[in-house]
This record gives sequence, structure tokens and C-alpha cells, in this order.
Amino acid sequence: MYLLTMDWWLVLEKAILVAFIVTISLVIAMYTTYAERKVAAWLQDRRGPNRAGPFGLFQPLADGGKLFFKEEIIPVSSSRFLFILGPSLAMITALLTSAVIPWGGHLHLFNRDVSMQIADVNIGILYIFGVVSLGVYGIMIGGWASNNKFSLLAAIRGASQMISYELAMGLALIAVLMLTGSLQMSRIVGSQVEGSNYWNVILQPVGFIVFFVCALAECNRTPFDLAEAENELNFGYHQEYSSMKLGFYLFAEYINMFISSAVMSTLYFGGYDILPFVDETKWGLDPNLLSILGFAALMAKTFFFLFVFIWIRWTIPRFRYDQLMNLGWKRLIPLALVNMLITAALILWLKK
Amino acid sequence: MALTNRSIQVDRKPMTWLESIYLWNIVKGMAITFSHLFKRRPTISYPEQTRSFSKVFRGLHVLNRDEEGRERCTACGLCAVACPAEAITMEAAERLPGEEGLYREEKYAARYEINMLRCIFCGLCEEACPKDAIYLSQTFAPANYGRSGFIYKKNDLLIPNPLTEPEAYQKALGEKASKN
Repeated sequence: MYLLTMDWWLVLEKAILVAFIVTISLVIAMYTTYAERKVAAWLQDRRGPNRAGPFGLFQPLADGGKLFFKEEIIPVSSSRFLFILGPSLAMITALLTSAVIPWGGHLHLFNRDVSMQIADVNIGILYIFGVVSLGVYGIMIGGWASNNKFSLLAAIRGASQMISYELAMGLALIAVLMLTGSLQMSRIVGSQVEGSNYWNVILQPVGFIVFFVCALAECNRTPFDLAEAENELNFGYHQEYSSMKLGFYLFAEYINMFISSAVMSTLYFGGYDILPFVDETKWGLDPNLLSILGFAALMAKTFFFLFVFIWIRWTIPRFRYDQLMNLGWKRLIPLALVNMLITAALILWLKK
Repeated sequence: MALTNRSIQVDRKPMTWLESIYLWNIVKGMAITFSHLFKRRPTISYPEQTRSFSKVFRGLHVLNRDEEGRERCTACGLCAVACPAEAITMEAAERLPGEEGLYREEKYAARYEINMLRCIFCGLCEEACPKDAIYLSQTFAPANYGRSGFIYKKNDLLIPNPLTEPEAYQKALGEKASKN
């Protein structure tokens, strides 16, 4: 009887949404690799890939094809199961995070209110943090299973970096959570869309900068990419990997970038809110159209952050390891703590 | 001791607090890279666009013919003697009766080879030649898979016949046409 009473339309709706979001993440990650090369070229006064298709638009397909057709090497001395588990885990955790991000408002289709969020769990942001922490296992397992000391060292480097920066990230986030009073992603966005219509970045500029720096470190992006450090410390934890397993690691990095850009837009830049200080519902547009515009606005913000990620990568050299740890523990954590305390004090003072 | 007034003393002062959070300097650096988005790119997309060479560019050698299509070279060997890289070898042969339409003088080069790996494109062969038989064109030797491919034989070097293929002749002559 339970199966009959279940809302099968809800299952269908969510399945379509999951497929849509996963496809979008994959396609965007794919074209981020293209954007990366193109922007890098522009910043260095070059032209970038322009041979495969118009403007080189098929370049990611060519790269992917190359990775698929390369020989798959599993070292004899490696731990076979873990060796395959590593990249799979990296990929799975990268994709899992997109589940709780509200990609837009509500769509009204076929007499149903369809939410553009896969799962509106009440601990949304904690879920993201939990899954992102699992990403460390992808790195650690990959480095360990390779049975190569350089891979292992790089994996430890990456893992310790991710764990140290997660602290400052969490502290920066607490200030936002105190402002909204909820862990639920839709409430965090909602508080920025409705009412006074402030984006959190206006109230939390320091928190945002700390969060952004930590997001760079979490994604293993330059200037914190010394987990891989491809041109000075061998290729990091993916040194023994080849073919699509290497591709999965690299791809997971780009998906992580996309997701963390989306999370940043959601937490600090109003998510699917189109403009700050403006009540969009007064524009008198069709609510469905407004939702789609909201989705486009979120995507625009996300692409902007992706561009900043790439821009930073091709500007700043890599930190040394001690500089990395000093910055994380001695600067960002105190900064985030002070920011949190001041926010808390102000909230208490204003609300009496 | 300062040799020039351009040398700048390296600043080894410890970082100030503002510098130690790196942010300000990072913003400055990012402004510089961002300005490069709008710079003109000096790239020449090679197969579609080619770079134009100057009129005095010394490229691949061409063995010239006269206006009746006869080879000018008499295999005197002056170019080989002049060549500082010793890239030129040749073998002379005597013109037989009935070959007057092929060779201008009584003696001609039966074999004429230039090793493009040795050649330094100095143009001394062109200056040494008393017959205007060799000159350096405005193209360069394309890539090749083996060393032997870089030894250019007579049929690689000879200019097309102006009587039978006038267009190809003019093209190969290039901007040197006005030089005679």
C-alpha cells in the first residue's frame, strides 16, 4: 500500500532534476577546462586552442577522447581495488555536493510546484561540508594505493592542506549562519532574496574573503595547488594514474571548482537572486520566467567565480608549504574567529 | 660598486602586516594580468597567415634559368669555394650537341647539391656567382623526417621553366624579379 500512496511524480521530477544537474555539472566542468586554457592564453597574450572546431570549441571532446584511448596502467605493486576506488571517490564526492544547492526558485509546471533544488535538507550546508571532507579520501586513497612514496607524500600534503583550510572555512561560515539562523540552503538564499534583500557579502566582506581563499585551497587550485604541483614536485597524488582514471581526478577538480563557485554565489551573493536591493517579484513577470532568470543569474555568478579562479591561477605563483600553513593557521583562522566574534556581538547588540 | 644607475638594491626588509596577508599585492598582480586580456596578440596563425619577410631575406636557394629557359649554371664551382659552411657540391658535365636549348654554356652542372643542414644562408654563393645562376629566395626549408631529405638536389633547386610554366616561374622569382 505504501508504494501506491507514494508520490511517483515527485520521484520522476527529482530524477529529471538530478539528471539535469549532473549533466550540467559535467558539461560545465568540461568547458571549464577549455575556458582555463583559453583564459590562460589570453592573459599571456596568446590565442589558446583554436584548431578543433569553431574557436576550438571541440577541444574538450578531443582531450576527453585522448584520455579515454590512452593505455590504462595499474602498477603491479599497487593495491588494485583502492587504486580504482580513489578516482571514483573523487568523482562521486565532487558530484554529490550539487544535491543541496538551490539552483533556482519554484517552477509551476503541470499544476505542480517544482522546486529547483534536489534535496532541501535542513542541514544543507553541513551536508556540503561533510561531502567535501570525504573528497580528502579520494586523494588519500589514490596516493596510498599507488604504492609510491612521492604519491603518498603528495597525498599527505593535499590532505593536510584541505583539513587545515576547512577549519577557517567553517569559522567564516558560522558568521553567515548566525545572520540567517539556519543551516538550510533554501533558507540561506531566502533570507537574501526576501526582506531587506541584502546579499550576505555586504554584511560579511571579511568572511567572504576568508571563505574564498579557503575554497581555492579546498579545490587544490593555485596558489594552493601544491598537492599536485605539476612542474616542481612531480605530479602529486595522480602520478601513477593514466587514462581516464587520471581524467577523473582532473575532472573532479573542475567539478569541485564549479560546485564551490555555486556554493559561494549561494552563500554570499544571493544565490538565484537577480539583483541586490531589488524586489524582483514587483517586476510583474511570469513566476516561471522569473525562476528561469534566477537560474541564469546563479549561473552568471558561478561563471564569474570560475573566471576568477582561473584568473588567479594564471596570476599568482604557488605558495611554499610553510607559507601555506602559516597563512591557514596564523592568519585566516584568527581572522575568521575575530570576524565571527564581531558578528556575534553585533547581532546580540542589535537584537538586544 | 655600482656600474650603472639602473641597478636596484634588493629590499630584504621583513614583510609588513599588510604584505603578510598577501591580499593587496595579489590584487595588484591580478590587475596587471587582467589588462593583458585587452592587449593585441602578436600571434600569426601560421598555415593560414604567413609572416612577410623583408626584401633582402635570404631563404632557400634557387638555380636560375635565362629567359629562354636554359640553365645559367656552368658548374664553375665558385659558389662552392665561397661557401663558408661547405654546403655545396657539384659535378660538371659537357654540353652535347642538341642540348643547346637546355644549357646556356658549353659546360653545365650534372649534379648540384646543397645541404640545407649545413647552409647558414649567408648569401655568399649568390655574390660569388658570375652567371647570376643562384640566388636565395624568400622561403625557408620545410621540416623533414630525415637528414637525407635536407640535401637538396638539382630538381629541388631549379626554377620552373619560364617558357613552359611562366606562372610558376614568376612565383618562384618572387621579389627578386626586379633585382637583375
